[in-house]
Amino acid sequence: MRALTFAIRSFGRELRSAEVLVLLAAVILAVAALTAVGFLTDRIGKAVARQANEVLAADLRLRSQDPIPKLWRDVAGDYGLRTADIVSFPTVVYAGDDSALSTVVAVSNGYPLRGTVRIADQLFSEQREASGIPEPGEVWADSALLARVGADVGDSLIVGELDLRIAAVATYRPDQSIGFASLAPSLLMNIEDISASGLIGEGSRVRYALLVAGADADVSGFNDAIQDELPDSVRLRNQEESSERAVNAADRAQRFLSLTAVISLLLSAVAVAMSARRFAQRRMDTVALMKSLGATQRFVITVVLVQLLMLGVIGVVVGSAVGFVAEELLSWILADIIAGDLPEPGLMPVILASGSALVLLVGFALPSLIQLRNTPSLRVLRHDAMPPSPSRVLVAGLSLAAVAALLYRSVGDATMLVILLGGIVVIATALYLVGRGLVALMGRFRAGVGVAWRYGLANVARRGRASAVQVVAFGLGLTVLLLLTLVRTDLLESWRRTLDEDAPNHFLINIQRSERDSVANIFESQGVDPPDFAPLVRGRMTTINGISVKDRTYPAEDARWFVSREQNLSWASRLSSSNEIVEGEWWSADHDGPPLVSIEEDIAIDTGLTLGDRLQFEIAGQELEAQIASVRKINWDSFQPNFFLVLSPGALDDYPATFIASMRVEPEERSALVDLVRAHPTISVIDIDSVLQQVRGIIEKASLAVQAVFFFTIAAGIAVLFAAVQSTIDERRFESALLRALGAAKRTVFSGVMAEFAALGAAAGILASAGASILAAVIAVELFQLPYAFNPLLWIVGVTAGLVVVCASGYFAARSAINSAPIDVLRGAPQ
Amino acid sequence: MSIQSRGDTVVLAAHRLTKQVSSPEGSLTILSNVSFRILAGESVAVVGPSGAGKSTLLALLAGLDLPSDGNVELNGANLSDLDEDGRARMRADSVGFVFQSFHLVPSLNALENVMLPLELAGRSDAHSVARDIIGKVGLRDRWSHYPAQLSGGEKQRVAIARAFATEPAVLFADEPTGNLDSRTGSNIMELMFDLNRSSSTTLVLVTHDEALAGRCERMLSLDAGLLISDTKAAP
Repeated sequence: MRALTFAIRSFGRELRSAEVLVLLAAVILAVAALTAVGFLTDRIGKAVARQANEVLAADLRLRSQDPIPKLWRDVAGDYGLRTADIVSFPTVVYAGDDSALSTVVAVSNGYPLRGTVRIADQLFSEQREASGIPEPGEVWADSALLARVGADVGDSLIVGELDLRIAAVATYRPDQSIGFASLAPSLLMNIEDISASGLIGEGSRVRYALLVAGADADVSGFNDAIQDELPDSVRLRNQEESSERAVNAADRAQRFLSLTAVISLLLSAVAVAMSARRFAQRRMDTVALMKSLGATQRFVITVVLVQLLMLGVIGVVVGSAVGFVAEELLSWILADIIAGDLPEPGLMPVILASGSALVLLVGFALPSLIQLRNTPSLRVLRHDAMPPSPSRVLVAGLSLAAVAALLYRSVGDATMLVILLGGIVVIATALYLVGRGLVALMGRFRAGVGVAWRYGLANVARRGRASAVQVVAFGLGLTVLLLLTLVRTDLLESWRRTLDEDAPNHFLINIQRSERDSVANIFESQGVDPPDFAPLVRGRMTTINGISVKDRTYPAEDARWFVSREQNLSWASRLSSSNEIVEGEWWSADHDGPPLVSIEEDIAIDTGLTLGDRLQFEIAGQELEAQIASVRKINWDSFQPNFFLVLSPGALDDYPATFIASMRVEPEERSALVDLVRAHPTISVIDIDSVLQQVRGIIEKASLAVQAVFFFTIAAGIAVLFAAVQSTIDERRFESALLRALGAAKRTVFSGVMAEFAALGAAAGILASAGASILAAVIAVELFQLPYAFNPLLWIVGVTAGLVVVCASGYFAARSAINSAPIDVLRGAPQ
Repeated sequence: MSIQSRGDTVVLAAHRLTKQVSSPEGSLTILSNVSFRILAGESVAVVGPSGAGKSTLLALLAGLDLPSDGNVELNGANLSDLDEDGRARMRADSVGFVFQSFHLVPSLNALENVMLPLELAGRSDAHSVARDIIGKVGLRDRWSHYPAQLSGGEKQRVAIARAFATEPAVLFADEPTGNLDSRTGSNIMELMFDLNRSSSTTLVLVTHDEALAGRCERMLSLDAGLLISDTKAAP
């Protein structure tokens, strides 16, 4: 009790000492990083959980690329189930001169059968539950779509041949993609408008769904009855699988984000350990005195524990508040790419962060502090009497256990945890050794520089271990930030460079055979070269060498999906310039023998298909057999229409085909596209530039959010630097005073101290630039098969950022040493 | 006042105290076979040149350190029989300290520093006792000041107030005027002897200062770890 009141009373004063502030700041940072990510993932998790049981907007969902036969609707009716229909497809919608790729979701009365749709009367206004579905002639559009075309409620939107009024902003659909939104924002409309829109013709990329819902017994009865009867083209999804899938996806995102937060946490741990050691050293005299006055070990340890707990509580409260604000920022950054609105966060992240803060303090601060109780009381008479150092095994064991405990939640699996811990130990050791190397290298320059720099560099070398830790702490944060900023744009840039200057920038899809001449005329009349049309015939593979595709085994699991789905087949007489034969031979341009087929290389590998294999297709109810004559490699970056399966000329002449084309349209030629869409509303024009723009936008937002999390890492690096400087501040003050007593100008002392931080900052910058360059090269070459271009800017920015951040924080950390007066030298050297 | 008039209660006894430490050159004897008895209320000066073993003796007498051989009896208890916490409790009950470098807790103000030993001894009247004694040392108006805001003399007054606050059986003072100018030093000693006289505290004073030692009733002289004389001042 006495210890408690003493601890509380002296706590206020303790808070003013620099090392306690650093310790507190480290705890706050760790908690803030954890809660910022925690609140966000909690909200996404809640949204997913809320949505998971209505993710189908039904109890069962039948999906197909063809209209769902009426038969199944009737069977559902027999079981007393309610049904609703959905037709969805991508298309480009226009508002004035602006256009955007969107996903049209056309629904029938009764949608959704489970869950509710929410709408708002204006952009960013209060949302409410919608009753029913959009009236014919009206649409409910995503806010992202409205933002892209610059429209609001009341404006009209051109969808195919229709001019539809925007009646509301759609804020939530139960079956919208969960968590991160799909590329094309959606547009909800009435299914009755679909035929009038003229958007659905032969070959359109349309998905049909039949929603079914009702009493549990009826649903399972229906499910059992149709399960074995459904054709392959219809897929059945039930509630349970779907929600499980959604929850798993959210879980993975959550783990990734919390791992990024853990990096900040680990750096904070280093700062906590350093400042706790300093705190313990500074408290030794007081503890010795209290023991000489009769304080027991229990009293000493109680005071330490109570104060540590108070630090933890303040850290959690302040850290959670910072985390809450940071989360608001994160969700604001991500607003466009997180589908729908997010529920309010719960307290769970705070509880978890409190646990982590406790683990942090116990694992990293306690080992130093607990030694305080063993401070010999003799120290009041003899200042060199020290407590025994804490056992290395204890310190290493406790901190490793703490790291394991902190990581476990992000990893959630013992094997992964062991691998990750091993990885951390290896990477930390390697980074530390590199840091030591850099520090040693800096020391080499001592001979050739002036007194201030020599003094600074000598300090870096003398505190080699602490210097290396600081270099690594900053280097790590900078590496990630460099990766996310410069390297990301570099990669996009170098990908763009690999693209042909004249590469097509527009796709035209769903062109009917009869429309080809008219389309070509429209372009020619505007002085634009007409495109080549590639035919497209939809068919399904039935047998391979006479064996049903269902009964075969395949080298890769994905192959089963490929062979059973509906195929886009094409034919060509000449090999496309973006293709290259790797096996077999391309047919002659005037081939008129039995049908041959050329297959894409990766698909050939996955399916195990080789030259000479016979593939049978079912196309519009007719059978067609073709033999594999060649294997092709495709350069997809060419933006030319390409197909996994291309048949020989004449093979598909008897089947219904649509055509697709890609072409380059310069900005000044865009009016040709407007004419085209007016004359042929069923032809979809996809602007690749704007799609790329959307992709880039999403990548930018996502990496901005991850960067925001990594700012905590930089802040934790600053905390490490403050802790390191604090632990040597007495020495620094004395040395500065000594230098000044020996006649050094204040300016010289300042230069010397700053030289030390400049060296540390430069080393951190070099480490970060090298790290980011290596990672960038690996990512470019291994992941994206892009040539890696060395970017000197990376090094300039990396080293400059290291210099600026470390010098600025170093100045603040060490300014009392810089300003120490010569008279201080008389007050004696520190113990 | 004579010793006899206070009774012959032995409050502190050293029996054949020996302290050896190991050093690179082998075992080093700092104190050798030192024995004496101090009666309640006595004021005793421990004198001797630097390195004679004065501070080591003080540390052993107060239970801050343990002898290699021999033992110390404080208030009838053999300190060697007590563990570290037991010795701490013994100090809380019966010992006060005044140090050369004051040793005030920098995070506590003057009053709180004086309250500290009272609180450690579990006294519920810590606040009023501390207020009272801080007045006696002449710092009534400065009780809320922190050590950094006090002069050397004032710090030592706080330290003395702290030492006497628990009315300890024995008060150890280690060169209490060593860090003070002579004028302040003699004021401080005046204060200490006053408080010593008005309480029944036994005073054990380690000092270089012959004049200061001369004001004590008894003088123990150490040289090279040996007790070379034990003289009583003329009454």
